[in-house]
Amino acid sequence: MTSPKTHPLKTSSMLALLVVLNSAGNFFFGLGMKRIGSLQGWSMAALHHAFVAVFSSVWIWLGIISMLLYMVALMLVLTWADFTYVLPATASMYAVVALLGHFVLGESVTGLRWMGVALICIGVMLVGRTPSSTTKKS
Amino acid sequence: MRTAITLAILVLAGTGGDLAVAHAMKRLGEMHSFTPAAISRFLGRAFREGWMWIGLGLMTLAFCSLLALLSWEAVSFVIPANALSYVTGAVGGKYFLGEQLTPLRWAGIGLVSVGVALVCLG
Repeated sequence: MTSPKTHPLKTSSMLALLVVLNSAGNFFFGLGMKRIGSLQGWSMAALHHAFVAVFSSVWIWLGIISMLLYMVALMLVLTWADFTYVLPATASMYAVVALLGHFVLGESVTGLRWMGVALICIGVMLVGRTPSSTTKKS
Repeated sequence: MRTAITLAILVLAGTGGDLAVAHAMKRLGEMHSFTPAAISRFLGRAFREGWMWIGLGLMTLAFCSLLALLSWEAVSFVIPANALSYVTGAVGGKYFLGEQLTPLRWAGIGLVSVGVALVCLG
């Protein structure tokens, strides 16, 4: 029995989902940790206080859920797509975060960072022009 | 020396973990259904794969190395240096997973690695 052919849209949609979930996870973790503030020393009491603060934050839990969903989506896409195809595509997250930072949050982005964003985009496009799977399907 | 060794552990354990999980997923075969029941069955099968647990162990080691490295080095050094993982991942994908890396894919991975390093340095 031959397995059904993989639709290119299936791979692209999953890669987009990976980038969204990873970006959302990092965003929620960042927001959560900013609201909690920096750690007040390394005593047991301070660590206990930080632990309670971290795990009672809604943002941290949203981050954990996003990252767990990211892991499941990554596992799913790796059942049919090459690791060396998926890995560079997930780096689009760095470009998305820089673009969001500039256009949504109004952060200043340096020339060096824009150059990095451009290289990531070109790199992802080049990898995207190669077949998503080069190994024999089981 | 301490930084070099910890960075090597971070890159190698991180790459090893990703490759082990990718290997486990390849053994499971392509998923065609994405219903909650199908995904639950898939996760049940995935966690019965030995490679999955090896991968999770290596990822945990990489995460601990990352935390240790961040405790004495600047983020602006650690994250760009970790972009080396894209290159080690490509080498591992070729020799461990048997994927075919064309010059185009190598070029893309190289650009992404340099791009990530620039974004983090910038």
